[in-house]
Amino acid sequence: MSNTKSLLTIKNLHASVEEKNIIKGLSLDIKPGEVHAIMGPNGAGKSTMGYVLSGRDGYSVESGSVTLDGEDLLEMETEERARAGLFLAFQYPVEIPGVSNLEFLKASVDAQRLARGEEAITSANFLKEAKAACKQVNLPIAFLKRGVNEGFSGGEKKRNELMQMLLLKPKLCILDETDSGLDIDAMQVVAAGVNSQRTEDRSFIVVTHYQRLLDYIKPDFVHVLSDGKIVKSGDASLAQELEAQGYAWLQSEPTEDELEG
Amino acid sequence: MTEQIDKALAREYEAGFVSDVESETFLPGLDEDVIRRISAMKDEPEWMLEWRLNAFRIWSEMEEPTWAHVHYPEIDFQSISYYSAPKSMKDKPKSLDEVDPELLRTYEKLGIPLIEQQMLAGIAVDAVFDSVSVVTTFREKLSEAGVIFCPISEAIQRYPDLVKKYLGSVVPTKDNYYAALNCAVFTDGSFVFIPKNTRCPMELSTYFRINEQNTGQFERTLIIAEEGSHVSYLEGCTAPQRDENQLHAAVVELVAMDNAEIKYSTVQNWYPGDENGKGGIYNFVTKRGICHTNAKISWTQVETGSSVTWKYPSCILKGDNSIGEFYSVALTRGRQQADTGTKMIHLGKNTRSTIISKGISAGKSNNSYRGLVRMNPGAQGARNFTQCDSLLIGDQCGAHTFPYVESRNPSAIVEHEATTSKVSDEQMFLCQQRGLDPEKAVSMIVNGFCKEVFKELPMEFAVEAGKLLEISLEGSVG
Ligand SMILES: Nc1ncnc2c1ncn2[C@@H]1O[C@H](COP(=O)(O)OP(=O)(O)O)[C@@H](O)[C@H]1O
Ligand SMILES: [Mg+2]
Repeated sequence: MSNTKSLLTIKNLHASVEEKNIIKGLSLDIKPGEVHAIMGPNGAGKSTMGYVLSGRDGYSVESGSVTLDGEDLLEMETEERARAGLFLAFQYPVEIPGVSNLEFLKASVDAQRLARGEEAITSANFLKEAKAACKQVNLPIAFLKRGVNEGFSGGEKKRNELMQMLLLKPKLCILDETDSGLDIDAMQVVAAGVNSQRTEDRSFIVVTHYQRLLDYIKPDFVHVLSDGKIVKSGDASLAQELEAQGYAWLQSEPTEDELEG
Repeated sequence: MTEQIDKALAREYEAGFVSDVESETFLPGLDEDVIRRISAMKDEPEWMLEWRLNAFRIWSEMEEPTWAHVHYPEIDFQSISYYSAPKSMKDKPKSLDEVDPELLRTYEKLGIPLIEQQMLAGIAVDAVFDSVSVVTTFREKLSEAGVIFCPISEAIQRYPDLVKKYLGSVVPTKDNYYAALNCAVFTDGSFVFIPKNTRCPMELSTYFRINEQNTGQFERTLIIAEEGSHVSYLEGCTAPQRDENQLHAAVVELVAMDNAEIKYSTVQNWYPGDENGKGGIYNFVTKRGICHTNAKISWTQVETGSSVTWKYPSCILKGDNSIGEFYSVALTRGRQQADTGTKMIHLGKNTRSTIISKGISAGKSNNSYRGLVRMNPGAQGARNFTQCDSLLIGDQCGAHTFPYVESRNPSAIVEHEATTSKVSDEQMFLCQQRGLDPEKAVSMIVNGFCKEVFKELPMEFAVEAGKLLEISLEGSVG
C-alpha cells in the first residue's frame, strides 16, 4: 500500500432501498489517479452503489462510512457531492425535454464553479469547450442544441454522459455500464474519452460486464461485486478470468480473508 | 422530493407591495349612478354614457356563469369599488415631470422605468394604475409613424369615430357576464391604431397595476391594425398582496384588417393568494380578435398569477386564408385555479389555427385547458392543430383538458394531441447529480416544458417570463 492519501474510502457500507438491503458490507479504497473496474452479475448492486455514493433520494445508508478527499460524503446533499467532484454516468440516462444540452451543461458547470468559488466561464468560452467535447465523443455539434437526451439513441445517450464528464472535470468518475449496448466503435470512443481524462488526481470507477472495454481502459484494479459486497479483487487479469469462467465460481468462495491476503 | 419541488416553486411574490398614494376612490357599490359618475370622471360624451348604461341593464339580467372548472365564493358586486385614481392624476399631468414621483417609483420597483431615457429602447409603455392611465411613453415618436397609442379614455375624446366603430364590434356587450359588466364600468386600458401598411416602429405595452384595496380593475383595450399593418403588443399585470380577493374583469378586442398582423403577448402575474388560498385576484377576462382576409392574430400568454383565472383569448377567422395562433403557459400552485384556453372560429376558406397549451400544476392547484375549434360550413380547407401538454408536480394537483370540436365542413382538418407528464425523480436526480440545486432543477425542467411557448414571446418578455418561473435562460444557444 502506498502512502498517498485516498480519494475515496468506503468502509463496511450497508445501504438499502425500499427497505431492502442491497449493499451489504462494501469496502473500497481508491487513490488519486487509479482506475477501478467493478464487475459482477446483474442485480449485484453495482448501480445501487453509484446511487448511494451520489446521494440519490430514497437510498438510505444503514451503517458504514464514505469519505471523498477526507470529507464525509454521506453528510452532503446530492448536489454538494457533485460539486465536491463526484460524477455519475448513468446506466439509463433520462430525458429532459426542451432543456437544451448546452443550457443544461452550462448551468451545471456554473453551479459547480460557483460552489468552488471559481470565476464563471463566459458563454463564448464554454461554447468552445462544449463543441470540443462533442467532437471528442463523436456527437454532432447539433446535439448541443437538442433537449437533454431527447430522442437520443441508446449509444448517443451514453456518449452524451461522457461529454458531460469531459466538461465537468470531476475528481471521481463513476461510469455505470457506459459501454453496454455500444458497438465496438462507440465502445472505443468511450474508452478513448476515459483515457484522455486520466490524470494523476482523477480516479475512475468503471462498472462493466465486458472485458473488451478493459482491454482499452487498462484498470489498476478489478473487483467483483456480488450480493452487495466485493467478493474478489485483483488486477486486470481478473477480468480475463471472469470473461472465461463467469461469476458462479466466486459466489461460494470465502471472501474477506482472501481479499486481505 | 415533492416537498423540495413545492418549496422551489413557493417563491415570494415580489410585486406584493402597496404604494403610498393618496387616491380618490368611490364607495363600494354598483348602480346606474355609479356608472354616471365613472363616465363623468372621464368627461365622456353622452353616447359613451348611454353605451355603458345599456350594458349595465343587460348585465343586470344576466347570470354569473358556472361552467368553468373553478370554485370560489359568490362575488358580492356591491362590495367592490368601481373607481379609484391617485388624486395627483386629477389635474391630468402634461408631462412626466408633473407625475407624482411615488407613482413613477412604483413602476420602477416593478422593473418598468417610465423615464424614456431609462427605458428599454424600442418599447412604448402605457402604465395603468387602478382606474387611470398614468403615463404613456414614446407617443410622439409613434405619432410620427401615424400610430396612435393612448389610454382608451383619451381615445374616446379624441378619436370618437374609431372608438364608436370598433368598441364592442368583436366582443358584443351581451357576449358574457363579465364582458357585459366590463362594458358598463370599464375605466382604463389602451387604445392602439396602426395605419395602413405601417409596421409599428416599437413594441407597445400596457402595464396594469391594482393598488387600492377593495377595488376592481376593469380594463378595456382596443387594437385596430389597418390593412397590411403590423404590431406587437405586450401586457403585464401585478397587484399587492392582500387577504381579500379582488376582481379584474377585462375586455380586449383586436381587429386585424386584410393582410394585417397583431401579436398580443401577456405575462400575467396578479397576486395569486397565499398557500392556503387566502386572497388573490379573480381574473375574468374576455379577449378576442377578428381576422380579415390573410390577416394573422397570435395570442401568447404566460399565466402565473391570480387565484382564479377564467380566460379564453380567441380568434374569429373571418377572412379567407387568415391565421389564428394561441400559445399558452399556465402555471398554478398553492390553491390557484385556472380554466383557460382559446376558441378558434373558422369562417373563411383555408383558414388555419394553431393551439399550443402548456399547463403546469403544483401544490393543491387545479389547471384546466378548455378549447373550442369550430369549423363553419364556409371553412373550406381549414386546418387546426392543437397540442395540450400537462406537467404535474406532486400528486395533490389536478390537470384537466376540455377540448371541444365542432366541424361543419367535411374538408376541414382538426388535429389534437395531448400529453400528461410529471417532473420525475430521475430528472431531479440527474440535475442534482450535475451540481444543480433542486430549485434550479425544477425551474429548468419547467422551462424546458414551456420552451415552445416562450420562444413566441418578444425577447424582453421571454426574459421576464423566465424570471417569473425562476428560470435563467442564460447560456442557451440562440
Ligand atoms: N428502487 C428499488 N426498489 C427495490 N429494489 C431495488 C430498487 N433498485 C434496485 N433494487 C434491487 O436492488 C438489487 C441491485 O440492483 P442494481 O444495483 O440495479 O444491480 P446491478 O446494477 O448490479 O445490476 C436488485 O435486486 C434490484 O432489484
Ligand atoms: Mg446496473
